[in-house]
Formats: sequence, C-alpha cells, structure tokens
Amino acid sequence: MYRSHVLICGGTGCSSSGSAKILSEMESEIKKQGLENEVKVVKTGCFGLCALGPIMIVYPEGCFYSRVTVEDVPEIVSEHLLKGRVVTRLLYQETVTDDGIKSLNETNFYKKQHRVALRNCGVINPENIEEYIAVDGYAALGKVLTEMTPDEVIDVILKSGLRGRGGAGFPTGKKWQLARNLVPDADQKYVCCNADEGDPGAFMDRSVLEGDPHALIEAMAIAGYAIGATQGFVYVRAEYPIAVKRLRIAIEQAREYGLLGKNIFGSGFDFDMDIRLGAGAFVCGEETALMTSIEGHRGEPRPRPPFPAEKGLFGKPSVLNNVETYANVPQIILKGADWFSSMGTEKSKGTKVFALGGKIVNTGLVEVPMGTTLREIIEDIGGGIPNGKKFKAAQTGGPSGGCIPAQHLDTPIDYDNLLAIGSMMGSGGLIVMDEDNCMVDIAKFFLEFTVDESCGKCTPCRIGNKRLLELLTKITEGKGTLEDLDKMEELCYYIKENSLCGLGQTAPNPVLSTLRYFRDEYVAHIVDKRCPAGVCKKLVSFEILDTCKGCTKCARNCPVNAITGKVKEKHVIDQAKCIKCGACIDNCNFNAIIKK
Amino acid sequence: MGKSTISKIPFKGTAEQEQKLREFIAANKGMQGALMPVMQEAQEIYGYLPIEVQRIIAEEMNISLEEVYGVATFYAQFNLNPKGQYKIGVCLGTACYVKGSQDVFDKACSVLGIGNGDVTEDGKFSIEATRCIGCCGLAPVLTVNDDVYGRLTADDVPGIIEKYQKM
Ligand SMILES: Cc1cc2nc3c(=O)[nH]c(=O)nc-3n(C[C@H](O)[C@H](O)[C@H](O)COP(=O)(O)O)c2cc1C
Ligand code: SF4
Ligand code: SF4
Ligand code: SF4
Ligand code: FES
Ligand code: FES
Repeated sequence: MYRSHVLICGGTGCSSSGSAKILSEMESEIKKQGLENEVKVVKTGCFGLCALGPIMIVYPEGCFYSRVTVEDVPEIVSEHLLKGRVVTRLLYQETVTDDGIKSLNETNFYKKQHRVALRNCGVINPENIEEYIAVDGYAALGKVLTEMTPDEVIDVILKSGLRGRGGAGFPTGKKWQLARNLVPDADQKYVCCNADEGDPGAFMDRSVLEGDPHALIEAMAIAGYAIGATQGFVYVRAEYPIAVKRLRIAIEQAREYGLLGKNIFGSGFDFDMDIRLGAGAFVCGEETALMTSIEGHRGEPRPRPPFPAEKGLFGKPSVLNNVETYANVPQIILKGADWFSSMGTEKSKGTKVFALGGKIVNTGLVEVPMGTTLREIIEDIGGGIPNGKKFKAAQTGGPSGGCIPAQHLDTPIDYDNLLAIGSMMGSGGLIVMDEDNCMVDIAKFFLEFTVDESCGKCTPCRIGNKRLLELLTKITEGKGTLEDLDKMEELCYYIKENSLCGLGQTAPNPVLSTLRYFRDEYVAHIVDKRCPAGVCKKLVSFEILDTCKGCTKCARNCPVNAITGKVKEKHVIDQAKCIKCGACIDNCNFNAIIKK
Repeated sequence: MGKSTISKIPFKGTAEQEQKLREFIAANKGMQGALMPVMQEAQEIYGYLPIEVQRIIAEEMNISLEEVYGVATFYAQFNLNPKGQYKIGVCLGTACYVKGSQDVFDKACSVLGIGNGDVTEDGKFSIEATRCIGCCGLAPVLTVNDDVYGRLTADDVPGIIEKYQKM
C-alpha cells in the first residue's frame, strides 16, 4: 500500500509543456528521499484543464498543482510528500479557500461536468491494463459474452438512445442492427473505429485514446459480438503518435490477458484488432473514404448506397463508429439503458465531450450532459473570455459547422437544436471568438481548409467551393459587391445539394451561418471597405497620431522602411509601402499609432 | 491536395535502406491493405518517398508504379521531397488560428525566406502549416521536430529559429 499517489498528466497538452521531464524528475527525487515504497507516481491521460498544464495531483489530499516546472519538483517532494506541507503557491487558485483546499469536483470547471466517456482520463494509468480492470474494465465484455445474446446487446444500445459522436448523430444501435441483419450469410464482417479526428481544432478522441485506450478495445469487441465480426480496425491519424503508442500497448496487453484473440472468456467468441494509420487527408474521416483508405487506396469517397452495413470494408458488412461513441458503450452495458437515457434531452441522450478552445480562459476538454447551454459551458465552465473582451461567436462542428452568435447562447446543446440554429454538433470542437475575430475571415479560413482537402472527385465540391472562396477573398480585399452576397448564397445551396459526400455537402455551412448572423460584417467589408475587427489586412491601415513624440523607434523597426520623419517631429507612414505587420504599434511607447 | 512535383534532389538511398524496405515488404505484403503501411514504413526509412523508392515498392508489391504514385500524391503526409533537418510546423488549426497563429506562421516564413512546404537551401529547415496537434491549451503553437513551443507571438519566432540555427 502506498500512502500517497502522485498523478502527473501525460496528455498531449501537458506533454508538450514538459510533463515527461517532470515525471522523471519526480521519480528520481522520490528515490533520493527514500520514498519509493510510500509514494506511487502515475502517468495519466488528460485532466481536461490543459490551459493550466503541466498538471499534477497529489492524493490523498487531492492537491491540484498547476503550471508545475521541473524546478518545483524537489520542493513538492521535500515539503509535501516528506513533511505533509502543501505547496500553496502552486495550487490551482480556484481550489484554495479560506478553510483549506476545495476538492477539484467543486471548482467551476468540474462542477457542471459529468464524465462518462472521459471517466478514466486523468484517473488511471492508460499503459497498465490492471488499472483499467480495477475500475470495472472488461466487466461489460464479460457480461455481454456470458449473459447476453447479440440481439440483447443491440437492444440495450438502441434503448439507451446513444447516437454517433463523430458528426451526424446516427443511432448507434440502429447501425449495429443493420450490420447484424442486412447480409445474414456474410462470411466475414468488420468493426471499425474512426479515430481520424479531422476537425482542425479538436482533440477529444485523442484524449480518450491516450487516457483510456482499453475502453475502446472493450467496446469494439462488444460491437464485434453484437454484429458477428471477428476483426476490428482502428483508423488513427498519424499525427497522434502518443495515442498510437498507447493503443498498441493496450492491444498487446489485452491479447496477453486473453481479452482479445480466440475464445474470449471461454465463450467461443473470437475477436482481434489492428491499427491503421491515416496519412493526412481530412476526407478519410468520411466513412466510405476511410474504408477505401484502409484497403490501401487513394481515400476517395464511394457513392452510398450500398451502405457499409451491407458492403463496407473489403466489400464486407461493416460498422464504423467514432472513438467517443465507443467509449460510452461499456458503461451503458454495465449501468443499463435507463441510466444512460436519463441524461440529456429528449432526442439526444448522454453526455458530449467538447474541446474548448480559442478566446476562453479554461481551454481544455469538458464533458457535459446533452442539453447544457452554451452559456454554461463558456461562462461557468470555461471561465469566460479573457482580457475583458466581448464574446462574438462560438463555432461548433468544425469545417462542417457554423458560428453561433450571442443571441443563441442559451440554447440547450443537442444534435437537433444545433442544426436548427445553423450549426451542427460535429465531433465536438468548440471554439470561442471575441470582438477581435472577423467573421468573414473565419468563413474564409474554413473554406480554405475544405478547398485544400476536397478530393476533387466531384465538380460541385471541387469547382464550386473554389468559386466560393474566390468570392470571399474578393470581399476580404474590399473588392466585393452586394450582389456577390446573393451569388454566394446561391452557390452554397448548389454545392450542398449536389456534392457526393459529406465534405462537399457541409463545406458551405460556415459561410451560410456567418451570412445569416453576421451579415453586417460582410456589408462593412463591401460598402465601407472596412474590416470592423481589424483582421483583413487589405482593409486595415496604420496611422500615426499628432501625439507622436518623434522618438524614431517605429521608423527604425519597420521591416520595410515605410515610416519616415525627423527626430522630435511627427512621423508618417507611407501607405503604399506598409505591409501592415503591426510592428510599429507594438514599438511605440506613446500609444501614438492606431490601426483603423 | 494534389502534389505532383518530382524531387530534383539526387537520390541518396543506401543498400541497407533498400534491404530493410524489401524485408519489410516481404514480411507484410500478405496483410490486407498493405500498401499504406508499407509506404509509411518506407517514409520512416528514407524520410521521404522519391520515385526510386516508389519503384521498389511497386516492384515488390506486384502493382503498377501509377498506383503507388497515386496514393503517394493523395495523402498530405507522404513527402515526395526531403524535409529539412529541423522540421518547423505552425499549427493553423482553428483554436490556434483565432489566437493569431497566421502571424506566427508568416513570421516564420519570412525569417526563413521560404514558403509553406519548402526547405531552405542548406537543407536545415523546412516549414509546414499543420492542423490541431492537440495542445490548443497552449495556442498558438509551433513545433520544431518533437519540441513544442506554445503561447507564442510572432515576436518569439526569430529567437526560436536562431536556437536551431546554432545547433
Ligand atoms: C469529410 C468528413 C470528415 C469526417 N471526419 C470524421 C472524423 O474525423 N471522425 C469521426 O468520428 N467522424 C468523421 N466523420 C463522420 C463519419 O463519416 C461517420 O459518420 C462517423 O465516423 C460514424 O461514427 P458515429 O456514428 O459513431 O458518429 C466525417 C464525415 C465527413 C463527411
Ligand atoms: S464532395 Fe468533395 S470531398 Fe466529397 S467526393 Fe466530392 S470532391 Fe471529394
Ligand atoms: S504596420 Fe508594419 S509595415 Fe506598416 S508601417 Fe507599421 S511597421 Fe511598417
Ligand atoms: S514610436 Fe511612436 S512616438 Fe516614436 S516616432 Fe513612432 S509614432 Fe512617434
Ligand atoms: S493534457 Fe494535461 S490536462 Fe489536458
Ligand atoms: S488548434 Fe492548434 S493545437 Fe489545437
């Protein structure tokens, strides 16, 4: 028995800010003090509060240390672990109260959260199967294989109301049912997992893979049993090396323990799985493209029907689910459909994980019951907008989604409500924007992404989106006309209706939603030739005010020598030369330069 | 998507590299959908996938060079040209973008004097715009090989690059 546990976050955010060094320093410092039999160090997955990383939690006290550095480690060991004196200066401010330390669950960040998919992230060591087993891991698989028929499994998932977390929200039980029944005499079926996580500003699936890989393995085996498949494939982005490594370790361990392989739990059921790496193509997140890619080809989408439940991977009936979808499955089996469906709204059950980013204090991962409002997520959990700036929009659904303005902040989040306000759930990216973000520029940002990622197979998407981007670019350069707005809208609907796959069908959404809610910003670019947020470079200009002291600093630092003026006289900017880099504003100590 | 440039840099593969690749293919070609894993391993071995390497793959896998080339050009991660000794990546994912990573990227390009996807003449640096690398909490982020720099402004960029210039 250890008297203390030190949990150190090994998630991507904290690893990037040096948590691996902190971990090794902690281990050697503990040895130095002769505490190795009393204190156990555990490397965990993401805690969610990545903004405060690197993060460390010491139990039994539950002290939450944030922004820890290697230099802090000796002090933590000699003061806290040796003498029992908490290092107050490193504590997360929110947890410090007048009468001592508040538990993490009572902080604003965690209070409104409810962790189902992320329940083990930041709690167990993902590289040790025994820690997963100790928290009821593989009990659901055991229950399914020894007590339930495949139809009963599907029934529970159907009744729970679980819908796909990868984007479209298709009922998971329904998908499994189709794959089980559509081709009764299939000689082979496959279970696939979509861990391609293509939304360019999101990392939920990555955190599950890194923090709780066994949950995915267990769920895929359950899905295999339900549909009658013996082989699984996880398609992971190659950009996620830590996730791939932990998943590999987890698969190996599961095989060693007989939880993958032949005759699992002596039930006669065989199931094994493999990992395939993506290679940087967003379209491969689309289900048919993903399967084509696993088959070893250019990842181009195929027309549907036939749907994968009938003809999927290698032409066999297949199920594809998202990582987070799977992460819910073992809990549903253990706790029952009613438990799951008691959370959420009428048509969207359970919880949803969001990657909260952008202009928000607590960037990180949050999991909330469906039906939580955007305002609760942004203001209560996220801690609001930093630097006293004003909220402008929340973006969900990534390149397929839309921007939600302040007037809809009290909308309870679920699949249907988000669609109704012109966005979508998507996989869970939630990016907050403030008054300094230009909505025309954001629409252009997403469209550049989709144009770049279009596979080019069908014309509406390949040509249409390019045209749309040209129109947008024209507007950001102050060369647009009001007729362009109508043209754009028309083009958007044409692309949506005529594209072959989801990429093209949803690509115009960021444009449509910003046109709907922020038309005034488009008009300002077109009529006033002005970018209200001061982002579109072609439309901003820098000017020196009469308060200029003539100190020459700006002129000396302008990269293109656009500023002239004599010492102690007012300086001027040659607009024709200026490249709008903004360096002069930062250089002026007298606030004499403004951006217009 | 759609890259089609063929490397002008002379191919300098060694016999050991070639043997390693051929052995990997022999051991794995029976696997379903083996082409992608084989190409990923080849890129691991050589650092990029010049036409010479694609030819070995086609030959060993008994498929046409067109097919290998088609796959190599479809996926952004297969490099037809060698990368720099220090690979700089600037995240242009949404979370980083709204926090000004475009300025960081532009600055890095102007300091190095190269554009997206290019390599400096001395082969020391290459630069690429990347997508979310999962550290949005540190946005905006820049990576140099495996090192991650977060919470940056454009002004931090010259200092970071200088550090590697001296290595
Ligand atoms: C262009 C495109 C990209 C997609 N990217 C992803 C992705 O990265 N991850 C994901 O889980 N689903 C993605 N999807 C949705 C998948 O096609 C599919 O619906 C989903 O993986 C099914 O799993 P679910 O029912 O559990 O959500 C994408 C769809 C499209 C059209
Ligand atoms: S909609 Fe776009 S990505 Fe999808 S098949 Fe057509 S061209 Fe390819
Ligand atoms: S914005 Fe940049 S280029 Fe323009 S005047 Fe200022 S420093 Fe010079
Ligand atoms: S830095 Fe400011 S005060 Fe000095 S010359 Fe430039 S504008 Fe004038
Ligand atoms: S990566 Fe450490 S808290 Fe998210
Ligand atoms: S968007 Fe840059 S790390 Fe996530």
